[in-house]
Amino acid sequence: MTELVIVSGKGGTGKTSLVGSLAALSENKVMVDCDVDAADLHLILNNRVQETIEFIGGKGASIVNEKCTNCGICLDYCRFDAIKHESHPENGDEERYWIDKHACEGCAVCVRNCPEQAIDFNEIVSGEWYLSDTPYGPLVHARLGIAQANSGKLVSVLRKQALLLAEQRGLDLILIDGPPGIGCPVIASITGTGYVLVVTEPSMSAMHDMERLLQLTAHFGIPTGICINKCDINPELSSQIEEKARKLNLPVHGRIRHDEAVTRAQLNQKSVVENGDSPAARDIRALWEGVKNAIS
Amino acid sequence: MRIAIASQGVEKTSAVDPRFGRASYFLIFDTSDESLEVVENNQNVNAAQGAGVQAAENISKKNVDIVVASNYGPKAFRALEAAGIKAAMWADGTVSEAIELAINDKLKICDKANVEGHWM
Amino acid sequence: MKIAIASGKGGTGKTTIATNMAVAIAKEGRDVAYVDCDVEEPNGHIFLKPEIKEQYDATVLVPHVDLNKCTLCGDCSAACVFNAIAVLGKTVEVFPSICHSCGGCSDVCPENAIDDIPRTIGHISRGVGMGVQFYEGRLNVGEAISPPVTKALRKLDTNSEVIIIDAPPGTSCPVIEAISGTDYVILVTEPTPFGLNDLKLAVGMVQEIGLPHGIVINRSDIGDGKTEEFCHRQNLDILMTIPFDRRIAEAYSRGEMMSDVNSEYERRFWELYSSIAEKVSP
Repeated sequence: MTELVIVSGKGGTGKTSLVGSLAALSENKVMVDCDVDAADLHLILNNRVQETIEFIGGKGASIVNEKCTNCGICLDYCRFDAIKHESHPENGDEERYWIDKHACEGCAVCVRNCPEQAIDFNEIVSGEWYLSDTPYGPLVHARLGIAQANSGKLVSVLRKQALLLAEQRGLDLILIDGPPGIGCPVIASITGTGYVLVVTEPSMSAMHDMERLLQLTAHFGIPTGICINKCDINPELSSQIEEKARKLNLPVHGRIRHDEAVTRAQLNQKSVVENGDSPAARDIRALWEGVKNAIS
Repeated sequence: MRIAIASQGVEKTSAVDPRFGRASYFLIFDTSDESLEVVENNQNVNAAQGAGVQAAENISKKNVDIVVASNYGPKAFRALEAAGIKAAMWADGTVSEAIELAINDKLKICDKANVEGHWM
Repeated sequence: MKIAIASGKGGTGKTTIATNMAVAIAKEGRDVAYVDCDVEEPNGHIFLKPEIKEQYDATVLVPHVDLNKCTLCGDCSAACVFNAIAVLGKTVEVFPSICHSCGGCSDVCPENAIDDIPRTIGHISRGVGMGVQFYEGRLNVGEAISPPVTKALRKLDTNSEVIIIDAPPGTSCPVIEAISGTDYVILVTEPTPFGLNDLKLAVGMVQEIGLPHGIVINRSDIGDGKTEEFCHRQNLDILMTIPFDRRIAEAYSRGEMMSDVNSEYERRFWELYSSIAEKVSP
């Protein structure tokens, strides 16, 4: 069984559209949408949610007004500027201490130091995750609550679930749509996977971001290949990307032409390869042949 | 010698848990008196991070010389190393089989982490 | 005045809008700062081509244990909810990559054996480019937790009259760190199903935080009318629409400004700023 993860560093290079097409082209797999902040993959996979499960991200502190004596000791201890002392509509506009849940890191330092034991420390539901059926196989996806932390932990929950499904159903491939960036959720999406496919495009920004991402995959020692999307927007930079890949000894699995068919497919809630013939569809089919060989 | 075995259950017949940090239990066997102690590890199963660190601390308090599991992440491995506990790689059978192999020095000892760290 | 540029979906044109608006404001003779808070993948420097004048380390505090004072009591380990410090045999180990710098361990240590020492996780640069004060945060590759870099960047004293904050994509903690305390948030989207889905999440985010906001629809002619419909239904201000132009896409790929392709855009971005200034302080 192989975990193949598609990431890009920069957002909007076409990860999800590509994963949608790979979902249609590959066999015997489970899909995972690890972009838990802004999950879009289900929009083109015609999914039906079978199960919804709460996600407990961690714990958070909250002040019990009846016990609080307004001593302000908690304020001195909090390193995250999460303790506020100002009027707040939830307190009837009275000036009291309260905890900004978006800033609270869940460290419990205030809880321990409160002389009145007036600070509760409870588990927080910070999102939910779903098990869906799609015509292409099972899909594991999630919705992190707005302004929540712990996206890395949620990503790990999704990957663990996908592994379980793959074992139970004897599936060969776990196809992962990764988040943008190089931080916590990306690290959680790629560590321990079998292959990373980096989707870039010929722009200075995307190349800059790709380089940082390639440093990250090298740091974790994960086999990596590259795909150049919208390759004809700037052919010169596309050649530079290929040159870069050669120097790093990384395969370029495909070059996908800029094609309005990609947006048209999205509007039809379909993957590119299933929405009629188009240059992009042909390029993606060729790309998949290369990736398939690389991961087998 | 004191041997800790990551275990899915509390009996000698229980299967060895391949996960070190998120093992359900550790069973600690003392060769001097053949006693078996059960240490629960469930506070770690739901830890966001650092489950391996916590597990290493738990068994180091029990003066263990060697631990048997099969997956050790980088932080867990560093923690075991600091505690002077050998990390043996084996999860192909039961706790009693693991004890047998450990006593007869038949287990492969890890010299570095063999899985990427978990994020959950 | 602080204006943040954010979006749920990546690649919708945050940096394009932020840099072009900053330059348009500078050309009107205003003192303007551009702050690149997309610290995982900062791109603003590609367009503003700043001359960097200063660089600092962005650090977090992590514990350092003096083993001469330590009695191996284990209070630090018990206090750490992140499992980042542990008593192991005859020593105490710190695991900096999972430490959240809360200070809980040093606070509880009965022997005062724990000091906080800085650990570098990224860098902050300051310079000037195209008449704009330039600030950038950059997370070191391999580091997981980016908000402390953003926090350090946001704390820098930018005395500029107008501060433009380029936020990372998404709706979770790194974005909140970037947009909190701003006067207005511009949400950039594109009129596609993905763009709309992520716009809904981004609108939910700014409403949860309680910040005034408006929408810029980029590549406004590539998709369908559902994004505009959504904005009208939700009473969201559409501040600007930018049609797709392959010449702009090509200029973007080379790291050039939109006004290099079409000088009209300088005026349009000044108007975008003026309309927001009018809303924030009429």
